[in-house]
Amino acid sequence: MWRNTVTGWSFILPNFVGFAVLTLLPVAVLFYVAFTSWNVFGVAEWTGTANFRRMWGDASFWTALRNTVYYTAFHIPLTLAASLGLALLLNRKLRGVRFFRTVAFFPYVTSIVAIAIVWNQLFSPEYGPVNALLRAVGVDDPPGWTTSSTWSMPAVIIVGTWRYMGYYMLLFLAGLQTIPAQLYEAAQTDGASAWQRFVHVTIPGLRHTTFFVTVLLTIESFKVFDLILLMTGGGPGQSTLVLSQYIYQKGFEENQFGYASAVSIVLFAICFGITVIQFMVNKRGNS
Amino acid sequence: MTATDLSVPPPAVAPPGDPGKPTRRVRLRGWRLLGYAALVLAAVGLLLPFYWMVLASLKTNNDVFTIPITWLPDPVVWRNYLDIWQRSDLTTWLRNTLLLSVVVTFLQVLTGSFAAYGFARVRFPGRNLLFLAYVGTIAVPWQSYMIPQFILMSKLQLSNTLWSIVALQAFGAFGVFLMKQFYETIPEELSESARVDGLSEYGIYRRIMLPLSRPALASLALLTFVTTWNDYLGPLIYLRSPELRTVQLGLNTFISQYNAEYALIMTGSVLSVLPVAVIFLLGQRHFIEGIATTGLKG
Repeated sequence: MWRNTVTGWSFILPNFVGFAVLTLLPVAVLFYVAFTSWNVFGVAEWTGTANFRRMWGDASFWTALRNTVYYTAFHIPLTLAASLGLALLLNRKLRGVRFFRTVAFFPYVTSIVAIAIVWNQLFSPEYGPVNALLRAVGVDDPPGWTTSSTWSMPAVIIVGTWRYMGYYMLLFLAGLQTIPAQLYEAAQTDGASAWQRFVHVTIPGLRHTTFFVTVLLTIESFKVFDLILLMTGGGPGQSTLVLSQYIYQKGFEENQFGYASAVSIVLFAICFGITVIQFMVNKRGNS
Repeated sequence: MTATDLSVPPPAVAPPGDPGKPTRRVRLRGWRLLGYAALVLAAVGLLLPFYWMVLASLKTNNDVFTIPITWLPDPVVWRNYLDIWQRSDLTTWLRNTLLLSVVVTFLQVLTGSFAAYGFARVRFPGRNLLFLAYVGTIAVPWQSYMIPQFILMSKLQLSNTLWSIVALQAFGAFGVFLMKQFYETIPEELSESARVDGLSEYGIYRRIMLPLSRPALASLALLTFVTTWNDYLGPLIYLRSPELRTVQLGLNTFISQYNAEYALIMTGSVLSVLPVAVIFLLGQRHFIEGIATTGLKG
């Protein structure tokens, strides 16, 4: 037993040292810093719940929270639909399936900086191809996209969905391949239509995948940051300011590490809470 | 079926269900065509931004936004690809990024697979709890602990050095998780018989597990390389000096400096994406396997 413990730890240690110092410790320290007033140079001063009381009255914080929920509320269903749709299309025996899979996954592996620049050009209100297309189909007054406070969030959501749907498509594809072919054959001999087979075989068969994808998507949406920072910088005004960016602003631009950490705890609590709820719902559904 | 069967005249009245067959085949073909149409449409939507990027990089600045849009560059301005090297520090950026990506990938694959073996095959008290700590942090958004992490790195004097990014990326939970998933698919009997033959756990890892896990190692290496190459936020926070800039950071500063040089900016974008695109196309099967194994069993 003792020998096993030593051996086990010796395997884990090289990675664990880095992991403990750079991930576990910061997560623990976060809960301390959030109750202090701290900038980089000074000493942390314990201020109790002052940061959280300040947050309660901070309009920018609420805007950031509301915008994050806005992004999440649209990004999740759109990405679910798009990635499941793509996966269903690509799960059939069609020529060139592999090429299409590669294409779908490509936005996910390319750099966010390049993607943000290109999309900002595509969305350019006067000369961009997106609005040129809209005008061509008869929209007289196409949106201003990232220059308009109403349309900036939809623009960001479109790009976010475009970027991530290939990734989730792969998860759905892997899930589809675990559904036994006999189930479809049985349904077919019973005279089930394509739609009935989808509802009664595919959907239940994908339960676990859908659950897992939704958890990942939720966390991913709540921590959305670099896409928005690069596309709109949170603007115009505060129309696309999200929680992660607010943390970055308060911490790295204004040196208010204590306050930024308090906002971080809110972000952490939301992600943690949603994951727990999703796990509980899934468990109830299973039993 | 014998030849005589063929001479049997077809029944005057087809049995019920039969006439449905040809129409059904036609319908199937219709669905197939519709499927292709949907796929092509999706592919165009997914690739168009990349096409625009390459196209704009081969135009003159004035031609990038013309109405109506020109979908083929005329004239083709190859000069952009020479100009960018002279007007930016692309060489430095590429060198930094390559260095970081290689070192991070090496460390992640090495320590990750080593730790994963401990989690997958050695039984000791507290193992599951420890692994839970690893998995748990995957769900914690990085943005929520980047501040204490930054303070810590500053205290360790790592901030504003390339080491900070190595430290940040190399010991993530992801590699451990992916490799553990893979090791658990390798039959336990293999290690058992090796133990009977007198091989130590380190020997089993080195001689049996590593060679067997080549595809998983490739997946992990490719995913780590690409993630490190594309990382923007980490370098933004930690790498303050111009000579430490990565491709992503450099590209972004280039944009703010030359914001009207649309064509040149696109050239930089193409060059920043190109290495990743090549690696991805060469190893795309490994990417897909890596995502599929970590994704599903979570």
